[in-house]
Amino acid sequence: MALAQADVLAGLKEIVVEVAGIPADSIELDKNFTEDLEVDSLSMVEVVVAAEERFGVKIPDEAVTDLVTVGDAVNFIVNAAK
Amino acid sequence: MSGRRVVVTGLGATTPIGGDVTTSWSALLAGTSGVRSLTEEWAQNIPVHFAARVSVEPSQQMERVEIRRLDRSEQFALIASREAWKDAGSPDLDKERLGVVIASGIGGVTTLLDQYDILREKGARLVSPHTVPMLMPNGPAANVGLELQARAGVHTPVSACASGAEAIGYAFDMIRNDRADIVVSGGVEAAVHALPMAAFAAMKALSTRNDEPQRASRPYDLNRDGFVLGEGGGILVLEEYEHARARGAKIYCEIAGQGLSSDGYHIAAPDPDGAGVQRAVKFALRDSGLTTKDIVHLNAHATSTPAGDVAEANALRAALGSDADHVAVSATKSMTGHLLGGAGAIESVFIVKTLQDRLAPPTINIEDLDPAVTVDVVRDKPRALPAGDIAALNDSFGFGGHNVVLVFKSI
Repeated sequence: MALAQADVLAGLKEIVVEVAGIPADSIELDKNFTEDLEVDSLSMVEVVVAAEERFGVKIPDEAVTDLVTVGDAVNFIVNAAK
Repeated sequence: MSGRRVVVTGLGATTPIGGDVTTSWSALLAGTSGVRSLTEEWAQNIPVHFAARVSVEPSQQMERVEIRRLDRSEQFALIASREAWKDAGSPDLDKERLGVVIASGIGGVTTLLDQYDILREKGARLVSPHTVPMLMPNGPAANVGLELQARAGVHTPVSACASGAEAIGYAFDMIRNDRADIVVSGGVEAAVHALPMAAFAAMKALSTRNDEPQRASRPYDLNRDGFVLGEGGGILVLEEYEHARARGAKIYCEIAGQGLSSDGYHIAAPDPDGAGVQRAVKFALRDSGLTTKDIVHLNAHATSTPAGDVAEANALRAALGSDADHVAVSATKSMTGHLLGGAGAIESVFIVKTLQDRLAPPTINIEDLDPAVTVDVVRDKPRALPAGDIAALNDSFGFGGHNVVLVFKSI
């Protein structure tokens, strides 16, 4: 099932707010998970698992290292859902 | 001995009778019980339906994201440490001279059990990546160390219900031995959960006075039937005396000595002769350079178990001799319940306040004093302590036969 980029970004924002405790308006496509959003490697695991549940996609461990920015994650999820 | 003296310059606590030191201390002097019935469904399926939970939930004292990443014991440690650090004036020092020693008797047991439920019900993929840092018993110390960027050493002694006192003793030694100038020390516990409670109940260690929870913790009473599980934590900022003076810190009192021993008797039962306790008191007095005549107050371990309270009282009477007549003994677990690895720490916080206000807190719920108790128990109302130089003891004992005695002295 195809997912709209805007919907994925909105859903991902909710997940990052919950996991990292940062305000939703600071989460944008170009933001770096580690450097800008304080999502460390442990919290990234939480983000990934929550995203898989929410969007019904599979995000393999080897793909996670390439998800540097929020935009990377959104694109990966949109493509995986096609 | 190095000649380096150790003083207390900050206090923090979150307890069943208050979310901070001031509130807890006022409630203690007023004789307030922090014990309450447990309304959770699981509590109805075990023999004991009550406990002494903290009076202020951590969710009211810290950020949501912290709650999510920290075990409840770690939350208590951070809450009490933040208060203690601020109380100490948020000292500015070389972080290589800052240590943290915070104990827990059981560690992140609720995290362990909750994650096991998730593993069984939902599978390995959903087990939280924060599980290990949350369940490790050194987690409370590690998180406080991280927040304060302590680099002189972060430690976690584990000796069941003596852990909190042992942590303070360890911190005391770190400063005496010139490893650090300031050490944040204490103990925490968060074990109000079906399994630990069922396990303590299986040992017949817990009171089953389900119809009167607030009367259940009754150290020294003839009809005591076990301890009441409590949760929370206490933190003391210990500091080298000259270091504290140089920065103009508020100094509460001095830690003058510690005594450690072990029973070699039984894994859980107290040695009825209390020889190990007597040795720990003797070592503590010798270490502090004080005598039994200097001691005016003792915050007892006294958990409200039939065997433990009398064994302790007998040992104290034997160790202090006729000088026990002028030692005002308070059993504050009558109000807070038993915080296990946090007990020796909150009781040390209470001793510091006792020396500051010169008021020994009461012991509540003694209807019929057990005639076998041969020490002078402060009952029902606080008791004024003498003016001049005074000293007080904290004794803590743990399953395994661990005995720890700390000596606090007015300054």
